[in-house]
Amino acid sequence: MSAEPTAEADQKEAVTSPTPMPLAKAINRALADELAADIKTILIGEDIGALGGVFRVTDKLQAQFGPDRVIDSPLAESGIIGACIGLAMRGYRPVAEIQFDGFVFPAFNQITTQLAKVHNRTNGAVTVPVTIRLPYGGHIGSIEHHSESPEALFAHTAGLRIIAPSSPHDAYWMTRQAINSVDPVIVLEPKRRYWLKGPVDLDTPAPDAFTAQVLREGTDVTLATYGPLVPVALAAAEVAATQGRSVEVVDVRSISPLDDETIARSAAKTQRLVVAHEAPTFGGFGAEIAARVSERAYHRLAAPVLRVGGFHMPYPPSAQEHRYLPDIDRMLEALERSFVYTSAGGHS
Amino acid sequence: MSDIRLADPTPVQLLAEDGTLTEHPVFSQYIEALDDEVLRELYRHMVLERRFDAEATSLQRQGMLALWVPALGQEAAQIGAIAALEQTDRVFPTYREHAMALYRGITPEELMGTFRATRHTGWDPHAFNFNAYSVVLASQVMHAAGWAMGIKQDVATGTLGEGRPDDELVLACLGDGATSQGDAHESMVFASSYELPMLYFIQNNHWAISVPQETQSRVPLAHRAAGYGFEGMRVDGNDVLATFAVTRYMAEQIRAGSGPKLVEAVTYRIGAHTTADDPTKYRTSEELDAWKSRDPIARYRTWLESRSIIDAAYTEQVDQEAAELAKQLRIAVRSMESVQLERVFDTVYAEPHRQVETEKAWLKDYEAGFAEEEEGADT
Repeated sequence: MSAEPTAEADQKEAVTSPTPMPLAKAINRALADELAADIKTILIGEDIGALGGVFRVTDKLQAQFGPDRVIDSPLAESGIIGACIGLAMRGYRPVAEIQFDGFVFPAFNQITTQLAKVHNRTNGAVTVPVTIRLPYGGHIGSIEHHSESPEALFAHTAGLRIIAPSSPHDAYWMTRQAINSVDPVIVLEPKRRYWLKGPVDLDTPAPDAFTAQVLREGTDVTLATYGPLVPVALAAAEVAATQGRSVEVVDVRSISPLDDETIARSAAKTQRLVVAHEAPTFGGFGAEIAARVSERAYHRLAAPVLRVGGFHMPYPPSAQEHRYLPDIDRMLEALERSFVYTSAGGHS
Repeated sequence: MSDIRLADPTPVQLLAEDGTLTEHPVFSQYIEALDDEVLRELYRHMVLERRFDAEATSLQRQGMLALWVPALGQEAAQIGAIAALEQTDRVFPTYREHAMALYRGITPEELMGTFRATRHTGWDPHAFNFNAYSVVLASQVMHAAGWAMGIKQDVATGTLGEGRPDDELVLACLGDGATSQGDAHESMVFASSYELPMLYFIQNNHWAISVPQETQSRVPLAHRAAGYGFEGMRVDGNDVLATFAVTRYMAEQIRAGSGPKLVEAVTYRIGAHTTADDPTKYRTSEELDAWKSRDPIARYRTWLESRSIIDAAYTEQVDQEAAELAKQLRIAVRSMESVQLERVFDTVYAEPHRQVETEKAWLKDYEAGFAEEEEGADT
């Protein structure tokens, strides 16, 4: 990502919304706006200060808000989340950056046994409004532990909210909503889309972060996904249209809570649903969506809910990730497959 | 970086096992400054805790508690430390800090919800500046570091909350076992790097369930502090006066801006790890007897009596109060009502969550179905 000078950013402020900016810059702007709005909002993470984070998402924030509010932490993820919990107990709104998805596991205990449970454990007496920013997903050509999609592990933990923005506009507003939530929120940042440019309307909030949104209307089949695969799904829908298939694309946006109503409504309308995510399908979050939609729309479905995702293997060496990750073709294959099922005695 | 000396392996002791007080060039002044009423209170709280502990153990044996975690033998360590602090100092306990909890004013009923398993935590941590018990050990000392970061940041930005002093410190409690957890290490790194106002208080009771302290550390635990760049000290945790004096000495320096400190209170878990434990399988009766002879209450009572600070009438009065506390505990445990599952649903999140609400509504309908069936059967 090319670093933009502050002067240019300031200039942009004066420009009429919506402003085009890369997704990383939208998050940077959201963080800056929240830091400015509330003195109790602080950022903490590895290399987020002078460096601005390894993805430069916190670029220049330490210079603007000081090292006490944009804190370079020791190299200790459990410590980062544990410290955020203590800060939040005292009334702060800490925003932690975990450098890469694969490094969240040293903090897994603090996230699942502490952060998720403090409010419940104390019968509601103590709130812990911690936001965890987690750059996640693959397709960046990196080495092991830099391309993972651990959302199902956290979705299974009651007490956490998990959201996954897919566009700069959503990234800006959903990050702000996460920071303002009283509950702990994990924001899955689609790191391969950090450089994706799109309009950000700083005056018009995005829809509620905890809802799904229909991004493209269609009539034949629904394709639901979130985060980095949303642009892939939109592209797949575009290709399918040229082949005579009208695909409705739903951006799931929120993993927990899950807006299963919106997804099921779409699936009931099109009678078919394909769910895609980068994470392995086995035991994956797509299974949760499939089960819920099957229950809600059983009699309306002409085919079983199909899933497109990673394989039941550790994330492969990135030289092979193009074969592992769902792409347009894998989505098209699943979309087509959903049409071969017979319903009540014949091809539908 | 300053040069930190290793802690003296010989624990600081003021009150010998036979109840005689020795002069110490640094620590005696902290005891001399106390009036008799405070000295009596230390005794009273230790006796109350011991009776409370015995009653809880017995209630567990009667099937009234899911589990009990005895603190028998650790009364001086806990009371000495908590009494040396201010009510506004935040405590991050393990699950064995019953004496500290009672000292802070948490009631038997509030304390025992955890152990009767009617609720995870029965008290409001903010009301007592005393956090929920931590069961996943050492996680709490990382929270303590975060809280301490908040203290520093509040002071720096002039945003201290109402009633919060600018020299607050955090008591981060650990046992010998928990010092081996990664979070203990990470917490001490944070505390040192950010010069946090924290006092690590390790009760080395010699046994982490069945594993001896030698398996956790080959050196005195207090030595670890030097590795992080702050001072550690060993104190006789069965000597309430020494524990009080050392804690207050450390607290004074922390309040003056020294950064973190560590106290290792050398004590012994006379009881079992929990009521589900059988210590005869891993430790000898000789060892147990040796520690029983170093009883924290007996030696302190001997000294108080020798100075005529307490008399038979006073000890009788405290014993009666302890018996009354035990009675309150029995009543509380018997009448304790569980938090309802509806409330558990309602506190998973602070703000509405679609799936939680759906499941709560489903359970209500499901259970209402049984009620209707029962009504149908009656008519």
